[in-house]
Formats: sequence, structure tokens, C-alpha cells
Amino acid sequence: MTNQHDALLDLYRQMVLIRRFEEAAAKAYSQGKIGGFLHLYIGQEASAVGALSTLTRDDYVVGTYRDHGLALARGMSARSCMAEIYGKVTGCSQGLGGSMHFFDAERRMMGGYGIVGGHVPLAAGCAFAAKYRGSGEVALCFLGEGAVSIGDFHEAMSLAALWKLPLVTIVENNEYSMGTPLSRTMSVADSSTKALAYNMARDRFEAKDVLVVRERIGAAVERARRESLPTLIEVQTYRYRGHSMSDPGKYRTADEVEARKKDDCIANAERSLRALGAGDDVFARVDQEIEAAVDDAVRFADESAEPGEELIEAYTYA
Amino acid sequence: MARVIAYSDALGEATVQAMERDPSVFVMGVGVDDPGGIFGSTRAPYLRFGDARVFDTPISEPSITGMAIGAAASGMRPLMVHARNDFLLLVLDQLANHAAKWSYMAGGRLKTPIVVRAIIGRGWGQAAQHSQSLQAVVAHFPGLQVIMPSTPYDAKGMLLSALSGDWPVVCIEHRWSYGITGEVPEGYYTVPIGEARVARPGRDVTIVAISQMVNEAMKAATVLAAQGVEAEVIDLRSIRPWDVEGVCASVRRTGRLVIADTGWTTFGVSAEISARVSETLFRELKAPVKRVGLPAVPTPCAPVLERAYYPGADDVVRAALATMETGDAAVASDSDAAARLHKPFHGPF
Ligand SMILES: Cc1ncc(C[n+]2csc(CCOP(=O)(O)OP(=O)(O)O)c2C)c(N)n1
Repeated sequence: MTNQHDALLDLYRQMVLIRRFEEAAAKAYSQGKIGGFLHLYIGQEASAVGALSTLTRDDYVVGTYRDHGLALARGMSARSCMAEIYGKVTGCSQGLGGSMHFFDAERRMMGGYGIVGGHVPLAAGCAFAAKYRGSGEVALCFLGEGAVSIGDFHEAMSLAALWKLPLVTIVENNEYSMGTPLSRTMSVADSSTKALAYNMARDRFEAKDVLVVRERIGAAVERARRESLPTLIEVQTYRYRGHSMSDPGKYRTADEVEARKKDDCIANAERSLRALGAGDDVFARVDQEIEAAVDDAVRFADESAEPGEELIEAYTYA
Repeated sequence: MARVIAYSDALGEATVQAMERDPSVFVMGVGVDDPGGIFGSTRAPYLRFGDARVFDTPISEPSITGMAIGAAASGMRPLMVHARNDFLLLVLDQLANHAAKWSYMAGGRLKTPIVVRAIIGRGWGQAAQHSQSLQAVVAHFPGLQVIMPSTPYDAKGMLLSALSGDWPVVCIEHRWSYGITGEVPEGYYTVPIGEARVARPGRDVTIVAISQMVNEAMKAATVLAAQGVEAEVIDLRSIRPWDVEGVCASVRRTGRLVIADTGWTTFGVSAEISARVSETLFRELKAPVKRVGLPAVPTPCAPVLERAYYPGADDVVRAALATMETGDAAVASDSDAAARLHKPFHGPF
């Protein structure tokens, strides 16, 4: 098999892992094993997987509450992610953070955040630190198109351009901000045009083909790394599920969602792999592997201990 | 018998009636037009007036708030709704640096009657950034008013007061309140801002409770009564201004005070009340004031930790019983929030 085949298969596997992981989380939610907020990334997998495949171990990743895909693509274990959603002590934040706030300092997964847009300056800060030290890391920041309306986003873009920070900002335009369609949150359809005002490089493309995502974001990451210049990128995508589990999705039709599912990033990757020679056996193996990994994560989360009360006070100043 | 409706519907009805009386009232905020309608509370106004007067906004809360203040100074009466308290921190600059001071800086010639509703989240997954209870932060600023109704009757009457008053008012609602039902008159009425309500009379100990803690205090009072302690439960309702006279009058009778707040005790509303009452009634207090509130840490996510984090009726009972002790025992007893986490007592709830 070719290098191209192997590289794509790796990305495919990651996308399938994210999807199956979240399907399992949704199931656990419906069984009452987990509760509260759960924002699924299903449909958008190519974006995180393609983008994060361009990073080195030391680069920084900052995201929103829709963070399961980012965490898994960053190499965080399915076990620690599932356990965090379950509120168990074996979770990546020992149950203190929950679904919206995945962190892994070692992998420089700098968190998922719940205040829309508030994390964009934080990502600029990671990029600033890298530039200040001259250590060469790049920061990747994910946000939804709804977040483009908050001031923090614009201040961060302005500073990143002014100070030439190695920051790649990825607006995942999934067309809805909770129940609000894009046309009611922005006066333009293409959020990457915001870069023009800051004299920043920009790009925009559809996240249907994970290799395209990888190539285009890779170019921005290279620009950040070699020239210390920021880029604003709009990735056009679509979430199949509600904003969170409690969203009945009355603001769009089932037909619309079904139509969008026909151009699915995972199905597209499978098609490309087949064209490169992958047969049924390859997909059967991936399915088996992922199913085992997700089952294992669920079992691990189920069986893990609850955090002890001493944890409540442990980290406020420590 | 009077009509019984839910807290969320009482808020919706108040909004509709204010909008009917005053064409300058309008409603804006992220998701106010959604079929869910901010826990149902903006659904009736939206259905009645449509998106000309009840409209969704982009996620631009700071500027939307600034616009609301500018519009208010220009003769409008905006009602803004935030799905969480936590977003108040984004708009605090506009509220505290502008709305709170505008009348003062303009020598009393400009008024900014905006009303901002914001919700305290609670429940699994809300976690550190979606569950804060920020009344103390907002109430700190002279020029702002803060209300926290706990019953449907007060929700309607106090919101109508806010929407017809002269001042910027922040109405903080607890997510668990929306389903509470109670008697609410159909017509227009107001409940004055600044007056507390005696929710249950009693002679032994005064329990001043805020928002959701009123329910916990009422449960606690029942348990205390079974032990021969008659607690007077006061629903504070209004945080700034708060009813110093009403609370002091009660404490003067009972000689004992417990304050139960939904927020942090440290630098909190309970600290302010405790200080004022101690200053005013030092010689009449029979025991040190006790406070029930959140320990000084962010909200944990895991449900087991949440259960330990939030105070409940049992904590109110313990605090009230501590004030019934006399002398050194009262001073030594641990009803403060940090000690609460290590409590051995877990019943009867
Ligand atoms: C400052 C702020 N305002 C409102 C919210 C409530 N809220 C949470 S997510 C969201 C929609 C965000 O949509 P978008 O940025 O497009 O990201 P997506 O959820 O589609 O990934 C809103 C309004 C919030 N968390 N923070």
C-alpha cells in the first residue's frame, strides 16, 4: 500500500473513532449515565482531524465546549475523555471539568471553554508565548461562526495581526449558532473576510475531504511556523446533531439534515481509500478496532470510581 | 381560588403586560425567540409581539448591553435576557461603568431604565462556567439594582416594577425556579423593589434566604419546628436595595440570624447582611450570625462533587441549631461553608 493510503487510513480511523465515541456518549446520555451538557461534533470530524494532523507535539490547541473531537484528534485517550464525561475521577480533569472543559497539559490541549469567544485571546496568548520564547510552536484555535460576533474574537485577530503571532484561527462554520442561522448573526456570509480588516492571511474551504483540510490548514501552520504570521480560516461544515443533547432542532428540517449527511466526510474518506485500493477487510478491521476501543472506554468510565470530596477544594489555588 | 401558574409563565405574563402598556419596552437576547424561549419565559411575548419587539441577537452581549443602555437613555425600555449569569461578567463593563453611573454623571438628567435578566445554572455538566451565582458582583455597584424573586407572584410583580422604574435592574433567576407554581393574579400589579417578604413567621431564629435557598429554608423550618425551634423565614427578594429594616426588625425579635445564599459566602451578599445586622444589632444578638452558601471554589462538574458543593436544607438546619447553642458552643460551631464540606451529617433529605 502507498504512503498516501496509509496516511489517509490513519485520518479515517481517527474520524471513525470520534464518531463512534460520540455515538456511545449520546447513548450513555439517553441511559441517564451522563447528564447536562453534551455538544456533539458528529458531521464535523474532518475539520479537527485534518487540522490537528498538521501539528507537532508541542503546538497548542484551544477550542470550545464542542471539544471531544479535538481531544481525541490530539491523542487524548478515549478512556480519559469518556470518564470525564461520566464525571469519574479517572477523567482527564478528574471529573472537575466535564464535557465542555477537556484539558491535557502534556499534549498542549489547552482546553475547551464555555464562554463563547472568550478563548480566542487565550489562544493568541499561547502563540505570543511561543513567539516571545522563540520556541517555534504554533497555536491552533477553533471556534464556531457564532463566536465571530463577539468582541474578543476581533481584538484577538487585531493583536495577532499587529504582533504577527503564530496563530491559526479556524472558524468552523456549521451554519447554526444554537438555533440561529448564520444569516442572522453576520452581515457577511464568509467569516474569513474579517481577516481583510486586519491585513491577515485568510482561507476558506469545505471540510468534506479530510486531505483537503490537512493541506490547506497545513499551509497556514507553515506560515505561522516559518514566518510567524497568523491566518484566519473558515472551514465550512455541518453538525448532524442538535446544538447539545437538549436541542430538539426545530429551526431546521429533517430533510435538510439528511441531505447534508449525503456528503459525509467519513464516507468520502472511505471512497477515496477504496480508490487507493483498500478493500472490505480494511474497513472491517477499522470498525472492529474502533468498536473495541469505544467499548473499552465506556466500560472503563462505567467502572471507574467517583471523585472524592477532597477534590472539590484541591485546585483553586494549587 | 386564585389562578396558579409557573414561575416561567409569570415572567412571560409580566413581560407581555409591560409591553402592552408601554410601547418602548422590547426584549432582546441570544435565543429569546427560540421555541424553548429561555425556559419558556420569553415564549408568550414572542408569540404576542413577534420579532419586531422580541428578537434574537448575535453573540455580542457586551455591545448589545451597551446599545440597550444607549437606547434606554434615548427613551426606550429594553429588557435583555442572558441564558446564564456567567455572561453578566462580559457585560459588566457596560453595566457597572456606564448604566450604573449615567444618571449620576449627568447630574440626574438622564435615566437608563434597562432590565437585564440572567439565569443561575445548576445541574450536571453546567460546571465552572455555566453555574455561577453573581448577585454580589452586580450588587456591589451603586446605581444598579438587583432582584432575585423566588415565587411566581414575586417574579411577575417585581419584573413589572423593574420595567416601570427609573433604574437599571438586574433580575437574577435560578434555573430550578421556572417550574415552581403559585398563585398569580391575572391583572397588572407590582411588587416594590427593596422590601423583603416573610415567608414563614417564627420567634426563635431568623433565616434570611435568597432565591432557590428560600425553598431549602422552608424545608429546614419544618424540620426545625419538629425539634421545637420556630424559624422565621424571610425571602429577601431584593438584593440591592435590601430590606435592612425588615430584616433587623425580625432579628430584634429572634436574636438569631442565619443567612442562606445561592452564591459564595466569601465577599458575598451574606457577608454584607451579616455585617450590617451585626453593626446595627450587636447587643441584641444572642449568637454569632451563621451563613450558608457556596464554598470558595468554582463549581465542580461531576454529580457527586456537585452534591457536596451545594448547600441544602440540612445545612440550614445545622446553622439554625448552631445559633440556638449558647456561649462558647455557638462561637465554636462550624456552619461556615468551608467546614460544611467535611460534614458528617447527611439527613434527613
Ligand atoms: C458569551 C456567551 N453567550 C452565549 C452563550 C450560549 N451559547 C453557547 S454555544 C452558543 C452558540 C455558539 O455557536 P457557534 O459559535 O456557531 O458554535 P457551534 O456551537 O455551532 O459549534 C451559544 C449562543 C455562551 N456560552 N457564551
